[in-house]
Order: sequence, then structure tokens, then C-alpha cells
Amino acid sequence: MIRDITLGQYYPEQSVIHRLDARTKILGTLLYIIELFLVNSFAGFGLVILALGVLIGISKVPVRFIFRGLKAVVFIILLTFLLNLFMFDGTVLWHWKFLTITYEGLYRSCFMALRLILLIIGTSMLTLTTKPMELTDGLEKLLKPFNRFGLPSHEIALMMSIALRFIPTLLEETDKIMKAQQARGADFESGNLIQRVKNMIPILIPLFVGSFRIAQDLALAMEARCYHGGVGRTRMKEIVFSRRDGVAGVLLAVFLGIVIASRWMPLP
Amino acid sequence: MEPIIRVENLTFEYRKVSPEGPATSFRAVDGVTFEVPSGEFVAVLGMNGSGKSTLAKHLNGLLLPTEGDVWIEGMNTREDDHIWNIRSTVGMVFQNPDNQIVSSVVEDDVAFGPENLGVDPMEIRRRVDEALQAVGMYEQRLKAPHMLSGGQKQRIAIAGAIAMRPKCIVFDEPTAMLDPKGRHQVMDIIHRLHEAGITVILITHFMEEAMQADRLIVMKDGRITDDMPPRDFFADRERIQRARLEMPAIIALREELIRQGLPVDASVQTEEELIEAICQLQ
Repeated sequence: MIRDITLGQYYPEQSVIHRLDARTKILGTLLYIIELFLVNSFAGFGLVILALGVLIGISKVPVRFIFRGLKAVVFIILLTFLLNLFMFDGTVLWHWKFLTITYEGLYRSCFMALRLILLIIGTSMLTLTTKPMELTDGLEKLLKPFNRFGLPSHEIALMMSIALRFIPTLLEETDKIMKAQQARGADFESGNLIQRVKNMIPILIPLFVGSFRIAQDLALAMEARCYHGGVGRTRMKEIVFSRRDGVAGVLLAVFLGIVIASRWMPLP
Repeated sequence: MEPIIRVENLTFEYRKVSPEGPATSFRAVDGVTFEVPSGEFVAVLGMNGSGKSTLAKHLNGLLLPTEGDVWIEGMNTREDDHIWNIRSTVGMVFQNPDNQIVSSVVEDDVAFGPENLGVDPMEIRRRVDEALQAVGMYEQRLKAPHMLSGGQKQRIAIAGAIAMRPKCIVFDEPTAMLDPKGRHQVMDIIHRLHEAGITVILITHFMEEAMQADRLIVMKDGRITDDMPPRDFFADRERIQRARLEMPAIIALREELIRQGLPVDASVQTEEELIEAICQLQ
């Protein structure tokens, strides 16, 4: 069963969005986050939703897949909504004991909740349409200019990709240890929460020790294959911007202009 | 002609630091000397703790000798200037297939070595495709390693070594963690690499595998006890016992037949030969 897990939440599909350079998508996502904080009206969000809808349509990722990501953060969205709802002074709409809902509070909380929802949907489009390895490669290239300020971009990217590579290996290891401990009579299902957490210790310690052993083996194997850092290293798949990325860049810039312009429009 | 590997009086000590008492050292390899001419297929056999893995790690400078020297094509592994040259000349495949794969995509992993050497991207592509075809894993090139079987993963690791175009590959118990099918496939590839002219050093504790080599080096307590063709070694029951190795089933049966006074030749050591010999008994 552990064999079948997918890494990240990548949705395999052959769309234009999937084939865009990871760098374009990372920068586009950053731009999108900035835009969400520039928008100051519901009409502005309308524009963002429209654009996001078109993007999702082109990417061919099923909508239910996208909303699945929202489930995990429903609590945070609700909390933001409630906090904003009761915290604003202004025209009173509803009053009960110490709880007061004002028109401003309602407006504000809907605004914040919508912003959060759009933030999560938009950023999840990046991980849904980009393979984890492409993401790390793109990140390595994007961070390269910061090398001269002492940022080890190659090492950061390699660490991320090795971490991704070893998730299934460590899961398998966990599975093995759990079975071994169960065979010795360990019980992971009964008892209260504290008891159960305590029962996890006999799994965590061998896993911890095991991961050091794996790290040592891997370091040796990498050294045997002449790994000596990022200097003088070439890549088999050199990522290059294509015409698609140019078009995407222009569209992103145009949309940024529209969002900025919307700030000065007298919209609701 | 300079042999591809020359080991002279190699000694290696592990230092053990314990909280109580002074640091002690353990001599894993003790005064080993041998040469391997280019193109040979050498098996290194020995039980656990005989120092065979430690010896293997000296052959491409992963460990440096405490005493003595190792030369690869005339380059001393102690010299830092040559270390990358040495490691691209002598490739290495380890025991655990999981812990030596770096990337989440098969072909990217095979490309890892050539990428480190700074090979041109087009050339890397060509080498990766060739290496994957050589181990019969070309169809799986875009898969994630964790979806593959142990034997397949080990073949990827071998492809990773081949892609660096080494003259020699050291296999450090490559089949120890595999099922019989995977073991068979890996041994097949090792034979094919040897036929293609690559020098093969196979570290193993499986006698059936050691029998397939041109030359057998037997290790015990960090020393070389025997260095001869495997045929001669396995014909000699005394030697097998002296190395504290378990008798392979065929040899054990042969010895038993001889002990019972049946006229079976002591040189018999494969299944076919034994069947042949038994059929000729009255």
C-alpha cells in the first residue's frame, strides 16, 4: 500500500500549464500572492476569480481535486472569518450580549475569508501542475543569482529533492519497524492519546537511527559517483524558457496592470 | 603493462572511541597485496567481518589506507588531484539498492554521475539511454524508483555506474538483499559487462557467485588466505573449511559421495557435472 503513494499532490495531465517552465509558474504564483494583497474590492476579487477559473480550465485539473486542498484549512478560514466578524466597530447589524456584528465587520470578514480561499486555491495550482523535481530544479535556477551573497542554491535544491526521494523509503522503513514491534507485542491502537503517543517511541527511535544509516550509505554512494558540490556540474535536462513562457509572462504582466488599475476604480 | 588495480601492503584500522576507557583500534584489513590486470573478473569471498567490504571501499578512494598504498592505473588514491579521475575509472555498486539512488526519476538518477563529471548535456542523454538499455531498464526510465522491485533498483544503480564509463566496476555484495530472480538478473549483467571488457571485482559471500569468476580471492580476518582460480579452490575441501565458509550444496554432495567411497572426481563442482558424474556410476 505504501508503494502506491504519490509524492506531493501532482496531478498528471498534458496541458499547457503543466508544460510551462517551473520558474514561470513559481514567479507567477508569487505575483498572484502579491496581487491578492493589492486587491481592495470585491470586484477586484471577481477579476482574480475569473482569471483563476480560466487557468484551471486550461490546466484540465478537475475542480474537486482543487477543493480537496481546501479541506485541510477550513478551520483556519473559519477562525479568520469569526475573528474579523466580531472585531469591528461600526453600523450594528446584530447584537447579543457581548457579541456584536457590524456591517464593516461582515464586509471585512467575507473579504478576508475570500482572500484566504483564493490564496490556497491559487498556490495549490503550482503544486498540482508541477512535478516536485521540476519545482526543485526551477527553484535552484531562480536562487542562483543569490549565490554571490552566500546562498547555497544548489545544496538547498539537492536537499529538497533528496528529502522527496526518501519519503517513500522512510515510509517503508516505518512500516517494517511497526510490524516488527507489533510482532513483539506492541500495541498502537488502544489507550488514551498520551498512551498512544508514548507507544510511538519504539517506532521513532529505530526510524531515527535508521535514517542516519541511510544518510551514511547515500553519502558514500554519492561520493563514489564523483559528487563534489554544484561547481562544474552540468545537467542532463537543462531547463529553458520557451515561447509559451514568454506568452505566459506577458499575460501575467497584463493581469498585474489590471489588478493595480482596479484599486483606483470606484468599485464595491 | 600497468595493472588497473595494484594494492600493496594495505592495512586499514577502524578507530573505536568508547565513553569508558581509551580509544581502541580494530584492524579490518591487514597487509593485503594483490594486482588486478585489466579485463579480469575477480571474486572476493569471505564471511562477515573478513574485511572484504573495507577492502572494496579502498579501490576508489572512499577509504584511505592506514598503511600501504592503492594504485588505480598508476594513480595513488592518496593524491587528492587524482581522486575524481580514480572514481570515474572505478565505479561502485553497493549492497542496499534503496540507499544509493539519489533521484526520484530513474533516468535522472542514472544521469547523476555524468552530471557530476561535467559532461555535456547531449552526451549525458546518450550515455543514460545506453546505460539503461544495457541493464534492460530503458522502458522504466521515467518511473519513480520506489515503484520498482529490488532487482530493478539494483539494475538502475548499475546503470548509474555504467553511465560514468568506468574501466572497472566494484560490486560490493550487490545481490545480498535481492530475491533469487533479481540475483540472477544482476549476475547476468555482471557477466555481460565483463564480456564487454570491463574489469569486474565482485565482493560476495555467495559461493555460487564466486564460482563464476576467473579468479578468486578469499579473505579471512583481514588477510588474503587464497588467491587462485575458483575451480582449484572449490576442488579442495580443506581450503573451503579453513576459510570457515559454508560448503556449497553441490560440493557438499560431491564430498559425501567421495566419502562413501564412490568414484566421483574431486574436480566436479557444477550441477551439470555432478549429474553427469552420478549418471556414470553403476
